[in-house]
Amino acid sequence: MIEWFTMASWSPYLVGAGIGVLIWTTFLLSDRPLGCSTAYAKTAGMVESAVSRGNAEKMPYYRQFRPAMDWQWMLIIGVVIGAFLSATLSGTFTVLAVPPLFAEAFGTGWAFRFAVALLGGILLGLGARWAGGCTSGHGISGTLQLSLASWVAAACFFAGGILVAGLIYGFQFI
Amino acid sequence: MAFEKLRSNERAQVVLGLMTGIVFGFLLQKGRVTEYGVILGQLLLTDFTVVKVMLTAVLVGMIGVYAMKSAGLARLHCRMGSVGATVIGGFIFGAGFAVLGYCPGTAAGAVGSGALDALVGMIGMVAGAGIFARLYPRLDRSLLKRGTFPAETVPELIRLPPGIVVVAVAILILVVFALLAALGF
Repeated sequence: MIEWFTMASWSPYLVGAGIGVLIWTTFLLSDRPLGCSTAYAKTAGMVESAVSRGNAEKMPYYRQFRPAMDWQWMLIIGVVIGAFLSATLSGTFTVLAVPPLFAEAFGTGWAFRFAVALLGGILLGLGARWAGGCTSGHGISGTLQLSLASWVAAACFFAGGILVAGLIYGFQFI
Repeated sequence: MAFEKLRSNERAQVVLGLMTGIVFGFLLQKGRVTEYGVILGQLLLTDFTVVKVMLTAVLVGMIGVYAMKSAGLARLHCRMGSVGATVIGGFIFGAGFAVLGYCPGTAAGAVGSGALDALVGMIGMVAGAGIFARLYPRLDRSLLKRGTFPAETVPELIRLPPGIVVVAVAILILVVFALLAALGF
C-alpha cells in the first residue's frame, strides 16, 4: 500500500478517475464544482482592500466574489500542501527556477523565466476571470456537467494554448 | 436535502476546502501535470497526459454527478456563456497557459513540488484577476454580454435528454482514448 504513495507518478487515467471521484464529493458535501481560479480573484480583492482601504467592498466584482478565506481559498492552499506531500513522499521534490524545456530553448537565467512567468500569470488570471473559470472549473467541472460555456471555454483554452506554444517552440506536429 | 446542514456550515466548508485541495494537489502531482514540460508537451501535441487526466476526470465525474442529480443528491451549477466572455476570455487564458506553462490549479501544485517560476506565475494570476475586477464594470456593460449563447447546457442546445448526451459523451471519450492508444500516445 505504502509503495503507491512513494511512486514518482501514477497512470494519468488513474489520476483522472481520482479527480472525478473527488468532484462527486464536492457536489455532494459542498454543493459546488471544483474550480481553482476564484481563489486568485479573492486574493486580488484582499490585496485591493489592503492597498486602497475598503475599496474592494465597493467594487461590483468583489461583491460577487467576496474576498474571504473560504472553501475556494483554502482549496488552493490545500493543492500546495497535497502536491508537496506527494513530491516529498516520492522524493521528487526539487527547488527549481527554470524548467528544463525552457532552459534548453532560452537559457538557464532565472530573471528571464520569471518575467515570462509573470506575464503568463497575468494573462491566465485575466483570461480565467474573463471566461468565468479555468482548466479545472470549466475544463473539468463544467464540461462534466455538460455546460455549453465550459465546452466552448475548454476548446478556446486549448486552441489558444496550442497556437501560442507553437509560436514559442515551433509547431512540432507539422 | 440531507447534506444541507453541512453545506451551509461555513467552518466545516473551510476544512472541506482544504481537504479537497490536499487530495487534488496530491493527484495533480502524481499525474505529473504539475510539470512545465508535461503541460507544454500537451500544447505542442507531443504528450497527451493532460488530456488523459482531464477526460478521465470528466468521464468519471459526469457519470457520478448525473447519477447523484437524478437521485436528488446534487444540483448542477451551469452558467450562461457568451462569445464576448467565454471565447475572448478563453483565448487570453490559452495564451497565458502556454506562456506560463501551468494553469491556476497546477501552478499551486508546481509550487508544492518546488517550482519557483510557478510561484511568480501565481503572483501574476492575482494581478491578472485584479486587473479584470477593475475592468469588470465597463466590460460587463459591453463585451461580456456580446453574443450570448443560445443555451446553458449541451443537452438544451441539441434538444436531447441529458441521459442520452451523458452516454454519447462517455462513448466519445472512450473513442478518443482508443485513438490516442492507436497513435502510440
